[in-house]
Formats: sequence, structure tokens, C-alpha cells
Amino acid sequence: MTMKSSTRQVDGVTIVDLSGRITLGEGSVVLRETVRDLLSKGQKKILLNLGDVNYIDSSGIGELVSAFTTAKNQGGELKLLNLTKKVHDLLQITKLYTVFDVKEDEAGAVKSFTK
Amino acid sequence: MPADRVSYTLDSTLETVNNAEETAGRMATEAGFDDEEVMKISMAVREAAVNAVLHGNAYDPSKKVTLAFERTTRDLVIVIKDQGKGLDASKIPDPLAPENLMKTSGRGIFLIRSFMDEVEIHPSQTGTELIMIKHVHGNPADSKEAPQ
Repeated sequence: MTMKSSTRQVDGVTIVDLSGRITLGEGSVVLRETVRDLLSKGQKKILLNLGDVNYIDSSGIGELVSAFTTAKNQGGELKLLNLTKKVHDLLQITKLYTVFDVKEDEAGAVKSFTK
Repeated sequence: MPADRVSYTLDSTLETVNNAEETAGRMATEAGFDDEEVMKISMAVREAAVNAVLHGNAYDPSKKVTLAFERTTRDLVIVIKDQGKGLDASKIPDPLAPENLMKTSGRGIFLIRSFMDEVEIHPSQTGTELIMIKHVHGNPADSKEAPQ
């Protein structure tokens, strides 16, 4: 039910593999602390892999917006990868789909970051 | 067909939010909604419970949240009440407005309205009552009443 997060490095990009639910409480906190930790270490090219995120609520949406804005304000880039249909639909109805840089293929997503 | 009604009195905790969501999913499934509709109903109830627990009762242990489900032949009616100061829906900014798009909160009521067929918000000095209605589709009772 809760969210799990693990990170890996590919060509200078930090890929964060998330699974579970990004909701008010633990899920949102895990996402916030993960992104904050990466930025504090200078890892500013962040790709959030949401392929195994099966549920997200308004708090989770807010956390994604916060992560995106925080990364941008620190001179970084944060992109989203592998949205499930539920998450895709949620970002569509909240008009955030075009705000985020959403990718469907990991290799292409990694290459898209500024060198 | 007689209406089925069940109600719960819940503490102002995060556990209540999760319980409300799970109960809504079960009720919606039992009412015959498909998986996608069940997800929308349970998510709407989760957002309503978040509003009640956080914004209404502000996690105050002395304040309760009541959650009621009523199944009629045509609708699933869900009512959630808190004991807060009363939500003024007219003061909630439009989360789709360009100036609000990047805000980190304020999408709960919008999502509830998106996922349910009818939504009524009744604020008072003793709390807010939120009524959410989802019409039952493909109900046998509907087809009996349909014109031949």
C-alpha cells in the first residue's frame, strides 16, 4: 500500500524508481525527501519513473508539482517517465500533463536532459 | 427497492482517510460500478475525507468525521461531515487557472466534482456537509422503468 523509492544513475541522470501510492502521508513524504536529498547532493537531473505508481491523490499531485518547481528553482530538471493510465488521466484533467516533461521511453528520456 | 444506508463516526486521523477510501471502494463495487468508476468514487471520498480531517477538523481529536453511504435504486449517495468552521467553497481558487496551475494544493474539491455526478457543499458554523452522488448505470431497476 505504501510507496517505495530506489535510485540509480544512468549517464549522469538520477532515475528514481517509485512504486505504490503517492498519497497524503507516507507516500508524499518519501517523494519529497528523496527529491530534496538528491538536490542537496547536487544530483539535479532527475527522472521520476512512475511506472509502478498505481495511485496518486491531490496531495501526491501537489508533491509532484513541488518537486518539479524545487528542482527547477535550483537549476535542475525533473521529468516524469512511464505514467500509468490513472496518473496520466489525473495529470490531464488537472492540466498538468503539458506542464511536466513526460517521457515514455527511458533511454530517450535520459538523452533528453541538458548535457 | 428499499434504500440501504450505513454510516460511520470516525476520528480525525490519517487512518480515517484511508478507511473512508477503502470503504467507498467496497460500497461502490457492491453497488455494481465498474473498476474505473469505483476508482473515481473511492478517490472522491478520499479527497473529501482529507478535507474533513485536515481542513475541517484540523486533526482535532475531540472532533469527529461522519461518513454515510446510501444506496438507492438510482444513486449511490455519500455524505461526509466534519465539525470544523465551515468551508466557503466560493473562496476556493480555480486550480485550472494559469496562476494556480503550479500550486501544491487546492485540487481536492475540483477532483471530487470531476469524479462524481453531483456534488453539494453545505457549510455551517458547526461544520461542513459534503454530499456526493454517483448515478447507477445499467441497474435492473432502470431498465424496468425505461420506456418500451
